[in-house]
Amino acid sequence: MKEVELKMLERAKALLERGEVARVIGWKKGDFCFDPTPASFESVDELKDFTYDWFCGANLSKYLIQMSKKDGKTAVFLKPCDTYSFNQLVKEHRIAREKVYVIAVECLGKLNIEAIKEKTDGIVESVSVVDKDVKVVTTSGEFTLYKPEVVLSKCAVCNKTHQVKDEEIIIHERPERDVNRFEEVEKLEAMTAEERFAFWKAQLSKCIRCNACRNVCPACSCIKCVFDNPQSGIAAKANDSDFEEQLFHIIRAFHVSGRCTDCGECSRVCPQNIPLHLLNRKFIKDIDNLYGEYQAGETSDGKTPLTSYSENDAEPTDVVNGEAK
Amino acid sequence: MQEVTTEKKEFVPNIVAFCCNWCSYAGADLAGSSRLTYPANVKIIRVPCSCRVNPTFVLKAFQQGADGVILCGCHPGDCHYVTGNYYTRRRMSLLFSFLNYMGIEKERTRVEWVSAAEGAKFSAVMNDFVKTVTELGENKKLTDLRVKEGE
Amino acid sequence: MLKIAKENLNALYAKINETMGLFIPIKKAGEVNYHVWGEGKEVSIETLKTVKSPKNMFFPQTENMMKFKTDGKNLEIIDVRESFNERRSFVLFGVKACDYKAIEVLDKVFLADPVDSFYQDRRQRTTVVTLACSKPEESCFCGVFGIDATAPQGDVTTWLDNEYLYWQANTEKGENLTTLVKELMENGGETEVAAQQEATKAVLAKLPFAALDLSRFKPENLNDLFNDPAWEEMSEACLGCGTCTFVCPTCQCFDIRDFKTNEGVVRYRCWDSCMYSDFTLMAHGNSRTTQMQRFRQRFMHKLVYYPSQNDGLYSCVGCGRCVNKCPQRLNIVKVIKTLGGKNDD
Repeated sequence: MKEVELKMLERAKALLERGEVARVIGWKKGDFCFDPTPASFESVDELKDFTYDWFCGANLSKYLIQMSKKDGKTAVFLKPCDTYSFNQLVKEHRIAREKVYVIAVECLGKLNIEAIKEKTDGIVESVSVVDKDVKVVTTSGEFTLYKPEVVLSKCAVCNKTHQVKDEEIIIHERPERDVNRFEEVEKLEAMTAEERFAFWKAQLSKCIRCNACRNVCPACSCIKCVFDNPQSGIAAKANDSDFEEQLFHIIRAFHVSGRCTDCGECSRVCPQNIPLHLLNRKFIKDIDNLYGEYQAGETSDGKTPLTSYSENDAEPTDVVNGEAK
Repeated sequence: MQEVTTEKKEFVPNIVAFCCNWCSYAGADLAGSSRLTYPANVKIIRVPCSCRVNPTFVLKAFQQGADGVILCGCHPGDCHYVTGNYYTRRRMSLLFSFLNYMGIEKERTRVEWVSAAEGAKFSAVMNDFVKTVTELGENKKLTDLRVKEGE
Repeated sequence: MLKIAKENLNALYAKINETMGLFIPIKKAGEVNYHVWGEGKEVSIETLKTVKSPKNMFFPQTENMMKFKTDGKNLEIIDVRESFNERRSFVLFGVKACDYKAIEVLDKVFLADPVDSFYQDRRQRTTVVTLACSKPEESCFCGVFGIDATAPQGDVTTWLDNEYLYWQANTEKGENLTTLVKELMENGGETEVAAQQEATKAVLAKLPFAALDLSRFKPENLNDLFNDPAWEEMSEACLGCGTCTFVCPTCQCFDIRDFKTNEGVVRYRCWDSCMYSDFTLMAHGNSRTTQMQRFRQRFMHKLVYYPSQNDGLYSCVGCGRCVNKCPQRLNIVKVIKTLGGKNDD
């Protein structure tokens, strides 16, 4: 990762020095070895805090909505999964494409500090990765963890590749992996309705309505959300009844269906660790089954499954468990 | 109203039917003028097109005490706005499948195509839907207890 | 000092539960939060930081304040406070030092005139049993605010090691609770507690945030701090979500709304977040229109406005929940470091 970081830094410096871009969006070092923050760098001097490490899980594409409104061009570092969100935002005319300079970067899966802390003891001092081994040094000693067990949930089943072809890419693309991202969804589908209901009730009742999932979501780019609009009739701030949480999460998942690129940010940011990506993935799976395979964000043009139709679509009554009878 | 009865009251479901102005609402009209009966607990809400029905409407109906929600529109290909009901079809297929995924009975939701000439179909569909929902019983999974407060 | 063997804790909980409600950190669907205790629940008092802080027990995320019933043209107003005397007393168990200090911060808001009767009622009914920390983590910085994590206040203070829970009552409420559960306990533990405190203090002193400098956050610097250009840069990555606010043990803002039921209206209050775009929304619009202003409001309130009205008491207790939970890793520590560091300029 260090090698990639140096290359990125070199590119950022060159772009800023030559005045090709007015700012670079990347990650800034935090207080620890695991808490980088998204940041914009407007001068070479500011780049001293630049970092790219195993904890840069944040998707930077949504920041471009604001940044592309500013004067001058903005350079941005996008991981493979982030490029899908970027394309989708361009497709929805939320980002002025000509004002963004994309640099796609290698990812190889980002780590989840909460999972690491759970499996180690003491205060984490450093984390390094060699192949599938995560070496964690803490005040209590050294630990070696198996990487697939401590990556972010979104990284565990990712086989995304860079979708931004016309600009530059740093380091090789990730080799394609054989993963089934619908495994968890299938497990739920195999349960009885009562079990599924109990599962979601337990999960959603943890929701504190902080709106982090919505605010981080690149598909949630409405200027004014219905849930923030007292006049909409559904703007319930309270999490008073189970219904509120169901309403919020069902409507949100539906609203991003066909546009959700499965970037997994919702699950990454949830303070209560609700597996929100399983809501979105169900829609993705159903769309694949019913209307043909579709991956949002693969391109920045064309129609989405819910803004198009076919005369031979299945009837709602014939759809059982997400498949047409 | 306040009479105390020891017998358990028979369950009569609350049904909300969103009917498109051009076909199904007229179909309901025809059912009426043809003196075909359908249960009185079906509450019809007229919408300009079945695709006007936002998933929020369906959920809000359940919140407010509906036990079943049915959408009726023109037959595919006959939409007054040419393509509206094609979108309805996709949206509701996905929404209902999703509700099922969350453990909420799919049978409480339905989409039916009823033309202005199909008074008999309207009546039959409503009778059948009410029967299905009555068998399922009260909607308990997708309801807001605050609404029912005091009942 | 009394002590009870760790394996008998369940008996202790059951005993308390006989006469009072018991709120205690319980793991549900993978996360530890304060819930009502019951036989078979997965109690986890060792958990350093519950996701939601125990403020939820006095100032719930949502709470009905009054009800209106309509019947024809008649309107009946129901004061829900009348049902307060039907409520049970309860014990809040396992509160850490920072969270206990946070209750003091909330008391100054809700128990000051005009007294918030909803809060007051819950507060009076509660016996708080605190638990000293023995394994602080890197995000902890309660010491900066003068809190001793090894000797929390509260009606009863407890310490936990691998074998025993040590128990010491501090107040009359605490004594009453002790009388109730004394039969399960034996005497002793002073030396073990002292040893644990010493060991923990050594860890606390070495924590990365132990030496944060708060000296610039004084009422007289209000204007300088408010106008600092660094806010713009610090808030740049802020998503405007309410995570920090809702996991914070001292955030106290709420909104009051009406909910229509089949029979009338319920007026309830619910937590609100100054990070939200519709926070303090008025007829003319919003008083803070940018995320920078909202971000600044939150930290200025914690570090400048609140202390200026409460004899210098900061309304941050260094629990570090925001440090752990902010999706983009922004937090009050970064603010303190950035602005506090300008002291020597």
